[in-house]
Amino acid sequence: MSAFAHAAGGNAAVTHQDPPARRRSWATWLLLLPGFLWLLVFFVFPLVQLFTVSLQSKYPGYPGYYYRDVNFGNYVDALTQFGAHFGRSLLFAGLATLFAFLLAYPLAYAMAFKAGRWRNVMMICIIAPFFTSFILRTVAWRQILADDGPVASTLNFLHLLPGGRITETWVAVVAGLTYNFLPFMVLPIYASLERADHRIIEAGGDLYANGFTTFRKVTLPMSMPGVLAGTLLTFIPAAGDYVNADLLGSDRSTKMVGNVIESQFFKVLGGFPLAAALSFTLMALILALVFVYIRRFGTEELL
Amino acid sequence: MGLFSKSGGSGGFREAKGDLRLQEVTKSFGDFTAVDNLTLEVPRGSFFALLGPSGCGKTTTLRMVAGLEQPTAGRILIGDTDLTGSRPYERPVNTVFQSYALFPHLTIRDNVAFGPTRRGEANAAQLAGDALELVQLSHLAARKPAQLSGGQQQRVAVARAIVNRPEVLLLDEPLGALDLKLRRQMQVELKRIQSEVGLTFIHVTHDQEEAMTMADTVAVMNHGRIEQMGAPEELYDLPRTTFVANFVGQSNLASGPITGRDGDRIVAEVNGTQVAIPSSRCAVDSGEVTFGIRPEKVRIHEQRPEGAGSDVQATVRDVSFTGVATQYQVEVPSGAVWNVYEQNLDVKPISVRPGDQVWLTWDPAHAFGVPVDSDAAAEALAAVDAP
Ligand SMILES: Nc1ncnc2c1ncn2[C@@H]1O[C@H](COP(=O)(O)OP(=O)(O)OP(=O)(O)O)[C@@H](O)[C@H]1O
Ligand SMILES: [Mg+2]
Repeated sequence: MSAFAHAAGGNAAVTHQDPPARRRSWATWLLLLPGFLWLLVFFVFPLVQLFTVSLQSKYPGYPGYYYRDVNFGNYVDALTQFGAHFGRSLLFAGLATLFAFLLAYPLAYAMAFKAGRWRNVMMICIIAPFFTSFILRTVAWRQILADDGPVASTLNFLHLLPGGRITETWVAVVAGLTYNFLPFMVLPIYASLERADHRIIEAGGDLYANGFTTFRKVTLPMSMPGVLAGTLLTFIPAAGDYVNADLLGSDRSTKMVGNVIESQFFKVLGGFPLAAALSFTLMALILALVFVYIRRFGTEELL
Repeated sequence: MGLFSKSGGSGGFREAKGDLRLQEVTKSFGDFTAVDNLTLEVPRGSFFALLGPSGCGKTTTLRMVAGLEQPTAGRILIGDTDLTGSRPYERPVNTVFQSYALFPHLTIRDNVAFGPTRRGEANAAQLAGDALELVQLSHLAARKPAQLSGGQQQRVAVARAIVNRPEVLLLDEPLGALDLKLRRQMQVELKRIQSEVGLTFIHVTHDQEEAMTMADTVAVMNHGRIEQMGAPEELYDLPRTTFVANFVGQSNLASGPITGRDGDRIVAEVNGTQVAIPSSRCAVDSGEVTFGIRPEKVRIHEQRPEGAGSDVQATVRDVSFTGVATQYQVEVPSGAVWNVYEQNLDVKPISVRPGDQVWLTWDPAHAFGVPVDSDAAAEALAAVDAP
């Protein structure tokens, strides 16, 4: 009897363990399903669509008509004709990320450690601009930086503005990008500083590091996950942005890839394949840069 | 352990040696006084425990010694060097934080090497290796703190502090988060490390047993003041306040007026019984006194003993057999419940049952007298029960 019971018990254990595990995995799939469907319909499908468009060729003599093809010429055109725009996109986005970081870190630091009861007020000040439209805010910046606006006229009065104006220059574009994406830099850095254990920072002082060394060796490294998130959240959208270059930049020297894509899609007859190729190239470039960046700075111990 | 040699300090570092002295130190937060006019002297190389209930100001005291908090009044010295007002990184003091506070982004080795590196020690890595060996964690040097168990992290925290060979090492309830077994093990280990490196340890705890087993000197703190200070056996044998009598071990207490003297004994009447206290063991000599006797000093009798000077009749409420001893709870005439521990020297069945009438006796030489303080008694009992 006991031998039987043992054998049966062994089997029972196997069969009994199985169903809950299977049920759990079904539940997991079921929960993931809406997300997958969403991604499939609104991300994968358009992406495939965009990719096929980027390989299409024009019907000669029928402007605005294409046929299905495997034409990598669009990519060649994209890179040869618009290399400068790619360069500007990455450069402006990089500069905006750098300036946003330089502005955001002290701000986030002050909010996390020094603000006391002003912390919530500062938080509201950072989030409040989101309540108005991105476009409107950028237009407002055009007013602020305009030739007869307060900034440009003051600088001109002091003879500190070589070109005589701010709008229509790259300075205005980078300033606009920096301004528009600043909250995306501040919030993750603030979050990582805020949750840092103050005792750990005190331990730096206890172990013979003065204020600056403690910041360099303890506080800054501990906030790296926030810095990483902030730079990505700033750089990626900034590199694809066209509103700032459109509203604050000039027609020629400050156009970014986003502007080219926009005009190829909406303003040039038959520009669809090239626009698609430009979009894909930009995406690949950003992905490659982000990959290198994360490999360099974002190891698992920071997360 | 000559490997822990100390080469010249970095800028601003105070090279102080000697006993740690706190002189009339007060710390207020707004109108709340966390540490109240504290004067304390800790001899160099001793293991000193600061014992007290939650919120009594232990952490605040340590933080002032570390320089993480500045006293509102008073001075803090090591030897003859006044450290008041100096920054934490200028003091030859290191802290083992209650939460360990290891640097999460650094490996264990780099955590331990942090202090020596900051002070410009050429052989920081070597020192870190030695310190890790001392806490028996060399094999985990390449890991990150998050990959260690609580007990291991605690040892890293100790290594990270002692590697600097500070004059004073501050330990803020370092064993609080550990389970009982690991706690006992770490107590032994800390004690071993302390005797090996010979530094001054100031160990904060609210576990009286931990303080008693580890320290050379224990200071019992309450409400930002030191109630009593001394060797563990001294504190246990002769408490000077009601709070200490209850916080350090258990005491049977009863209050009443002093009625006279009998040679070198003070006689008081508590609940209709005359009790004698050696005058050297009595903190008051007139008026009201709280008489105290430790539970294991009380004998229990089923018949009224012949010719005993002071005895008390009581009713047994509870009997529990614990192996080495039997613990009785008895109700004395005042209605208070006293504890009595009887060692089980004879193998005989316990004949006393709850509800029985018994007589209690003790050697008056073990009795002590403290000032009456009804609040403190209740508080200490609550503090002992809480954690
Ligand atoms: N920064 C502060 N501001 C205001 N009050 C404080 C501050 N730090 C400590 N206190 C108060 O001072 C008192 C003593 O605090 P402390 O941290 O020294 O207690 P503790 O003895 O270490 O207690 P525990 O055993 O719970 O750690 C507490 O009542 C606490 O509320
Ligand atoms: Mg504390």
